[in-house]
Amino acid sequence: MALKIDLDLCTGCGACVATCPFGALSQRAEDGKVDVNEACTACGACVDVCPVGALTLEVADRSAMAAEAEQYRGLWVYAEQRAGQLQDVTLELLGQGRTLADKLGVELSAVLLGHQVRGLGDKLFEYGADKVYLVDHPALENYTAEPYAEAMSALVRKYKPEALLAGATSIGRGFIARVAIQVNAGLTADCTELDVDVEKRLLLQTRPAFGGNIMACIVCPDHRPQMATVRPKVFAPLAPVPGRTGELIEEALNLKDPVVRVLETVNAMQNEVNVAGAEFIVTGGRGVGAPENFKLLEDLADALGGAAIGASRAAVDAGWISSFHQVGQTGKTVRPKIYIACGVSGQIQHLVGMSSSDTIIAINKDPDAPIFGVADIGIVGDLFQVVPALTKALRR
Amino acid sequence: MHIVVCVKQVPNTTQVRINPETNTLIRDGVESIMNPFDENALEMALQLKEKHPGTKVTVVTMGPPQAADILKEAVGRGADAVVLLSDRAFAGSDTWATSYALSTAIGKLEKPDLVLFGKQAIDGDTAQVGPGVAVWLGMPCITYARAIEIADGEATVERLYEDGYEKLAVSLPCALTVLKEANVPRMASLRGKMAAKKLVIEPMTAEMSGADPAKLGLNASPTRVVKIFSPPPKTGGVKWQGEEPEVMAQRLVDLLRERKLV
Repeated sequence: MALKIDLDLCTGCGACVATCPFGALSQRAEDGKVDVNEACTACGACVDVCPVGALTLEVADRSAMAAEAEQYRGLWVYAEQRAGQLQDVTLELLGQGRTLADKLGVELSAVLLGHQVRGLGDKLFEYGADKVYLVDHPALENYTAEPYAEAMSALVRKYKPEALLAGATSIGRGFIARVAIQVNAGLTADCTELDVDVEKRLLLQTRPAFGGNIMACIVCPDHRPQMATVRPKVFAPLAPVPGRTGELIEEALNLKDPVVRVLETVNAMQNEVNVAGAEFIVTGGRGVGAPENFKLLEDLADALGGAAIGASRAAVDAGWISSFHQVGQTGKTVRPKIYIACGVSGQIQHLVGMSSSDTIIAINKDPDAPIFGVADIGIVGDLFQVVPALTKALRR
Repeated sequence: MHIVVCVKQVPNTTQVRINPETNTLIRDGVESIMNPFDENALEMALQLKEKHPGTKVTVVTMGPPQAADILKEAVGRGADAVVLLSDRAFAGSDTWATSYALSTAIGKLEKPDLVLFGKQAIDGDTAQVGPGVAVWLGMPCITYARAIEIADGEATVERLYEDGYEKLAVSLPCALTVLKEANVPRMASLRGKMAAKKLVIEPMTAEMSGADPAKLGLNASPTRVVKIFSPPPKTGGVKWQGEEPEVMAQRLVDLLRERKLV
C-alpha cells in the first residue's frame, strides 16, 4: 500500500498537511501542492479529509499471500515463566485470548518454554488454555533471547498459529522481536487493547504512540502469525476452573547451547514491594523535590499496610529513586486498588501507566495540574502537609 | 574494535500536544532531536573507545535528509564516521523493514564487534528494531543493558529486569539495546562541533546498500496502521481545596474506610 497523490486534482488547500499524524505531508514551495515524505505509513488519515479526492491509497495485489495466510489457525499465548513461576501477564493474556479465540471459533494454546517446567501446564489449562505446547530443554533453563526465539520460531513454523501474543515484559519484548524476523511476521509492540475482526480474521492491535499522545490501531493484513506484545495489567485473568484440562504437546527440539551465558541474577527489590503487582501504590513526582523526601511517602505506604513506592519519570530522571519504581509509558503499567500520586503533574506519559487504577488520589499544589483530570479524589494542597496528615489519620 | 551505533531522529514527544478540535497532533514548534536512549548508546560507545584505544565508532541512521543533523551531533561528540541511509524506497517501513534496511547498511561497513541501539525510540516506543537488526546480522542481542565491560573479545553485560538485573557474558560480535541509567551523555566538544560543521554527508541510497528492493518500505512491511485517534478524554472526580490539610486528609481516610478500601 502506498499513498498516491493526483497533482492535477490537488488544489494546495493544505487540509491534509494539518491532519497527518506523522508529519509526512508538506506543501511544495513552487506551487503549494502536496508532497509526501518517508514518514508516511499509509494510515489514510489524509485521504478522508481531502476535499477533492486527490489522495488515494494504492493497494498491491496480495492474493497469493492471502491464500498462504488461510493455512494458519488458532491463537497462541506465550506462557512467560521466570525461575519456574508463571508471570501474571500470562494469565491476563489467557483471559483476553479466550475471548478472542471464542470469537474466531479457534483453539487457545499456550506455549511453555523452559527446563523442568512441565508442572506449570495444569495452571495454564485452568486459566483457559485448550492446548499447551511445551519445549523442555536445558538450553532454556535461564532466559536468553536466542534459544527462546529459536524454540518459538520452530513451533510457529510447524503448527502455524494465526496469532501469537506475549507480555510486553523485559523477556517478551526481548525475544519475540527476534521471532518476528525469523518467521517473517508483523509484530506490534506494547498493545493496550486487542480485538478481532471476525470476518477478515484480523487481530486489531491498539497501542499508544508518541509518548501516549495518540493511539494507533494496527493490523497485519497478510503475514502470519499476527504477533503482538501486550502490556501487563491491561487485561484481567479469568477465574481459574480447578481440574480443567487440555492437551499437552511436548516438542523435542535440538537447540544449540545458549551463546549468552547468565553469570549471576540479582533481585534488586528484595525488601521492597514491586509496583508492578501492588494493590496500593504511593507515587512521588517532581513535587517531592529531593531523594530524602521519599521518606514521607514511605511512611504513608507503611501506614497503608505495605504499599509500593512509585515514581514519575521526572523523579527518576532527577536521580531521586531507581527506575525500578517508574510508572508510565517508559516505566511500568500498574492497576492497583488505590493509587496516590503525590506531587505528580500528570503528563500523558505518566497517565498511560496508571489511569486504569481502581481509585486514584492526587495531591498537588497546582489546582490546574493534569493529574486532577484522572483523579477520583483530588486534594489541592502542599504534599509536605497533606501526606503526613494522611499518614497520621490512617494510623489513628 | 569497531562499534556501530544506530540512532533515530524523533520529534520531542514531551512537546507534542493534541488539537482537541481536529484530533490531530500539533507538530508546530516541536523540535527534532536524537532519540534520548540512542544518546546513551552513543555515550556507551564513546566510553568504550576511550577505554580501548584504536576503537572506531560509526553512527548509522535511517531517515529523511534532515536526519543528517543528528549525525553531525554524533560527530561533535566524538563519532569517527557516519552513515545516512536515506531513500524514498524506505518510506513507510515498519520495524521489520527498518531492521532489514539498517542491517544492509551495516553490512557495507567494516565488520562490527558491537552494534548498539537505544532501548527504544520515544516516538514509536517499540523496542523491536535492535533485536531485529541483530537477527538479520546473525548476532545475539542483549536488551535493556545498563553496563558493559569488554575483555579478550568477550563482553560482560548487566541486563535489567522488572525487579532486578542479571550479569551476562557473551562473545563478540553482539548487539545491545541500552538504557538511560547506563551513563550520562556528553555534550559535543568545541573541536567536535568544528569537525561536524565541515562534514558533508552523502546519503547511502537503497541501491548503494545492496538491499533487496522487495524487502523495503511500506510494501514489505507486515504491519499497517489502520486508525489513529486520541486517547479517550479522562474525566476527573471531586477536587477538594482551600481547607486545612488535616481536614482534607481525615475526610479522605474516612471515605476510604467507608468504602472498605483500607
